[in-house]
Amino acid sequence: MAEIKLNNVIKRYGKTEVVHGINLDIAHNEFVVLVGPSGCGKSTTLRMIAGLEDISDGTVSIGPGVVNDLPPRKRNISMVFQNYALYPHMSVRENLGFGLKIAKQDEATITARVDEAADILGLDELLERTPAELSGGQRQRVAMGRAIVRHPEAFLFDEPLSNLDAKLRVQMRTEIKKLHQKVKTTVVYVTHDQVEAMTLADRIVVMKDGHIEQVGTPMKVFNHPVNTFVASFIGSPPMNLLPATITGADVVFADGKSLPVPTRLADRVRDGQEVIFGLRPDDLTPVGHGIAESGDSARLTLDVTLSELLGTETILYTSIAGQEAQGKMFGAREVAPGETLEFDVAMDRAHLFDAATGKSVRVD
Amino acid sequence: MATKRPPFWQREQYTPFLLLLPAILTLLFVVLLPLLFSLYTSFTGYRLIRPESLWQWIGFRNYQRIFADGDFWTAFGRTIIFLTIALNLEFLFGLGIALLINKITWGQRTLRTIMMFPMMFSPILVGYQFKFVFNDNIGILNNALQSLGLSDGAIPWLVDKYLANFSIIFAEVWMSTSVFAILLLAGLFAMPRDPLEAAKVDGCNPWQVFRHITLPFLMPFVFIAMTIRSLDVARAYDIVDVMTGGGPAGRTELLWTLIARTGYDNARMGQANAMAYVSILLSIAFTYYFFTKLLAARKYMGGAE
Repeated sequence: MAEIKLNNVIKRYGKTEVVHGINLDIAHNEFVVLVGPSGCGKSTTLRMIAGLEDISDGTVSIGPGVVNDLPPRKRNISMVFQNYALYPHMSVRENLGFGLKIAKQDEATITARVDEAADILGLDELLERTPAELSGGQRQRVAMGRAIVRHPEAFLFDEPLSNLDAKLRVQMRTEIKKLHQKVKTTVVYVTHDQVEAMTLADRIVVMKDGHIEQVGTPMKVFNHPVNTFVASFIGSPPMNLLPATITGADVVFADGKSLPVPTRLADRVRDGQEVIFGLRPDDLTPVGHGIAESGDSARLTLDVTLSELLGTETILYTSIAGQEAQGKMFGAREVAPGETLEFDVAMDRAHLFDAATGKSVRVD
Repeated sequence: MATKRPPFWQREQYTPFLLLLPAILTLLFVVLLPLLFSLYTSFTGYRLIRPESLWQWIGFRNYQRIFADGDFWTAFGRTIIFLTIALNLEFLFGLGIALLINKITWGQRTLRTIMMFPMMFSPILVGYQFKFVFNDNIGILNNALQSLGLSDGAIPWLVDKYLANFSIIFAEVWMSTSVFAILLLAGLFAMPRDPLEAAKVDGCNPWQVFRHITLPFLMPFVFIAMTIRSLDVARAYDIVDVMTGGGPAGRTELLWTLIARTGYDNARMGQANAMAYVSILLSIAFTYYFFTKLLAARKYMGGAE
C-alpha cells in the first residue's frame, strides 16, 4: 500500500518531448485512471512509474522514496499488460508463482498464495494448463492473478481490456472493479476508453499530447469539463459543441437561433464574446420525452435528419447553424426524418467555452 | 458403339503416379539405387583396384572387422567428443554474439553481414588458412607468441595430440559460430517484448530475465541450429583433411577421414561403406535427439502471444 507521486515528470525521446511535466498525487488505495487518445503519453507515463522507461526529468516516488533510479524489480509494483505478457513456456500455476519464486519464497507460501489468487479470479480449474490453451479472457485473468499474488504496493494496468471482445470487456471491467474492492491497493490504470475510465475510476486523469487536461472524480470530469477536449472526450455520445456569439443575455448561433445565457454562467461572459456552446445529447430532448427535471430550461425548434432507435432511448440527429448536433429521446416514439420537433434544452447543464482558448468560462 | 478402354497411363487412377514419375525416377536413380548399391558393397570385399571383387559376397565380415577395430572406435569416439565440444562452443559464442548484436542499435545490419563472412569461405580454404596460422615453423600464431615473448619454443599446434584437436575445433568454431549467431539473432528478433517486461516487473534481475524467459524462448532456435550443425560436424572431413589429414599417427582421425582413407587410399570400398553405414546411425541418433528436444521446446510456444 503506497501513495504514488509524480513531480514534473518529463519524457523525451532524443529531442522530441512526449510527456511535458506531469504532476499527480495518487493516494493510498486510490483507483486512478489515465485516459486519453492514443499517443497522449498515458502509457509512457505508466511505464515510467513501472520503471520500464527512463524518466528524463522530474521525480516519481512510490511510498516514501523517490524511485527514479530503481529498476522495476525494486519498486514492488505489479503490472498487467495489454497483450497479457504471460510466460508461454510455463503453466498457469508457474506463471502465477513466478514472481514469488524469484523472490525466493518457500514452496508452501507460493502454493498458498497462488491458490488464494486462483480462488479470487476463478482460475482453479486452469492451473495446470499452459497459456496457449487459454482463451483471451482467461489469459487476462491469469495476468491479473500474477499481479495480485505478489501483494505489491501498487497495480499498474496498461490497457488490459483492449484485446478482448466487447462483451468480455464489460465482464472483465466489472471483475477489475470487484477485485479492487477485495484487494485494496493503489491502482493506476491506463485506457483510451472513456467508459472504462468512468466506471472504474476514483479519479480520472484526462491526458492529451503529453499534458494533463483535467484531474477529477468521474462526476466532476463529466459534469464540469474544463475545456472542449475533455468535454468531447468524456461521455458517449459526445457533447455537442456549437460555435456561438454572446449578444446581450443571449447565446446566438450563426443561423440566428438563440438561447439565453445559462444563469450560473451569466457573470462569466461578456457581450460580443465568441464562445462554444456545449450541451450533452442527454440534455437536448424533445418536449415530453426528456428525463423529468426541473430547473433552468429553454426551448429550441429543430429539424430531425436521422434517428437511431436504441431501445430505451433514441438518438436524434439534428443541426444547429450547420453544425451537427445530437439529441436524445427517452420513451419510444416513431420519428420520421425531416420531422420538426420542439426540444427542451437543460440550460443548467449547458456549458460555455471560450472560442479562442477552448477553456470553460467557469472552472470550479 | 463400344468405347475402347483407354491405355493404362490414361486411366484416372494412375494420373497421380504419372505426374510424380519424374520425381520418383530421380529419387530412384539418385538416392535409392546408390544407397542400395553401397549397402550391398558393404557386404562384399569390394576393392576399387579389383572390380571383380564386387561380386565377392562376404556377409557380415566387414562389420565384424570394424567392430573389432580399435582405430574405428577411437575415430568414432573422437567424432562424438569433437561434435560435443564444437557444438557447445559454437552455441555459447553464437549466443553471446547474438545477444550483443541484438543490443546494438547503430550499424546492426553491417555487423550482421560481417558476422557471416566466415560462412562464405569454402571449408577447404578455411582449413588452409588455419593450417598456415597454426604451422609450428612459419605459422603466424607461433610467430606472434614468440615476438611477444609469450613463448620461446615452437609450439607444435598441429602435431601434439591435444593441441592438434584443439586447432581443428578452433577452425571449425571460427567458421560456423555464425550459424548459431544468425539463428539465435532471428530468435531474439522474433521474441515478444511483453514477457521480458513482465519478468522485470515480477522482480527478475537481468540474469534471471535471461535465464527464465529469454533462454527458454530461444531453445527451439538452439535445437534447430544444433540439428543442422550436428549433421555438419558429424560428416566433418574437409577441414581435418587439409589441416592434419587425420594425422599425425591418427591423432586427429575422425570418422569420415578414416572412411575416406579406407575407401580411396586403401581402396577397400566395401569396408569403407560398412563404416559409413555405422556412422550414419550416429548422425540419425543426433538428429533424432535434437528433433525430440525441438518438438518439446516448441510445444509451449504455439498460440500464446
